[in-house]
Amino acid sequence: MTDAVIQTDKLTKYYRGQPAVEDLSMSVPQGSVFGFLGRNGSGKTTTIRLLLGLTAPTRGGSTLLGHDSQHLPPQLRAQIGYMPEGHPAYGWMKAREAERFHKSFYTHWNGDLFHAVLEHFRITPNTKAKHLSRGMRAGLCLALTLATEPKLLILDDPALGLDPVARHSFLESMVYVTREHNCTILFSSHLLSDVERVADRIAVLDHSVLRACCSVETFRQQVRQVVMRFDGEPPALPAVPGLLTSLRMGNELRLTLVNANGEVDQAMKQVGAASVETVPIGLEEAFLAYLDDRGERTSFFDHVGAKS
Amino acid sequence: MALRIKIQTGCDTPIYRQIVDQVHLAAATGTAKPGEAVPSIRGLAEQLVVNPNTVAKAYAELRNEGLIESQQGRGMTLCDRREVLTDSERMRRVRPLLSDLAKQAVMLGFNAQELSRMLKDECKALGQRPSKGA
Repeated sequence: MTDAVIQTDKLTKYYRGQPAVEDLSMSVPQGSVFGFLGRNGSGKTTTIRLLLGLTAPTRGGSTLLGHDSQHLPPQLRAQIGYMPEGHPAYGWMKAREAERFHKSFYTHWNGDLFHAVLEHFRITPNTKAKHLSRGMRAGLCLALTLATEPKLLILDDPALGLDPVARHSFLESMVYVTREHNCTILFSSHLLSDVERVADRIAVLDHSVLRACCSVETFRQQVRQVVMRFDGEPPALPAVPGLLTSLRMGNELRLTLVNANGEVDQAMKQVGAASVETVPIGLEEAFLAYLDDRGERTSFFDHVGAKS
Repeated sequence: MALRIKIQTGCDTPIYRQIVDQVHLAAATGTAKPGEAVPSIRGLAEQLVVNPNTVAKAYAELRNEGLIESQQGRGMTLCDRREVLTDSERMRRVRPLLSDLAKQAVMLGFNAQELSRMLKDECKALGQRPSKGA
């Protein structure tokens, strides 16, 4: 079954006349691990809140598991595991009390799984949440989220503030949950190495607008870096379609392009470079090129102090 | 387990490609023998902490290249090594690496003799037999 678990249609949210999410149309297929990327303030959390019906869209809409986000029936909510940003927990509750509290809202609760996750994060059930380290508190949140065995898991920046060991545990759990039930995961993150590991698809938000929604591999392939060497000073570049960034270094011109095709190759031949070489590019570089300011630049520091 | 796969994130080589390359290397050097079991897709995904689809993609490619085969009830095993690439293709792939190596070595002041000796040692370290088919 390749049904879309999440489907959005021109989802838009304005806050005080400012767009937080604009015309977002995407779909998340069942069983996928979906990485949600974008810089701070690009609209990731707002999108997640819209999906869950925690805030109403200005226009457009979305469905979760086939139901309108704004009118999710309780039975359906029980199938969605949501972990908000920052791993919130009631400090005065012991881990076992948090379990009792959460459990009371659900008809289905896997206590073994809950305690397995606690153990994985070395949390003793009698510890109060306020006495847990950040990583452990994240573990508690995860345990509470997973124990309902959700069909759809939505994690808002789960790796935020975690040390590498805790992050690894987190990734392990994510790979683990895709095993048993055909679970779909949507998670936002800034850690591209994590995304590269566990995600099969990614969506990239930039300034409230969806810029890419594809498989990780496609994203990598779409973005290409080309190094052109010239005998003298590189000439001014003609308009190349899909140019993300260009960097001048001596006799070299380093271009990062998206959706490069024959037309682009043609355009570059006309520039008359002594050599043209395509260099492999990692996910991180591809991502940086995608979200950086467009156009020619020499260094990031050129922008410092410039008013935009 | 003779087949040890390790991956790195944040580099230019995609994860599935790293898996493919390492199985190739293990087979070519004899660290993994024909008939040896290959970890299951699930098993390897959990061991490496990567998306199972990534491992599946690597295995699909390895199967296409005739390096691994799935056998009823036995999971996946390593095949007898067959040369699937033509000689000219093998040459095409190794040529740029060789020229790069030669350039670097000359820049560092090694001569051809030293370089060929070092290359031999490297191959020995990989467990490669001195001549093919011996």
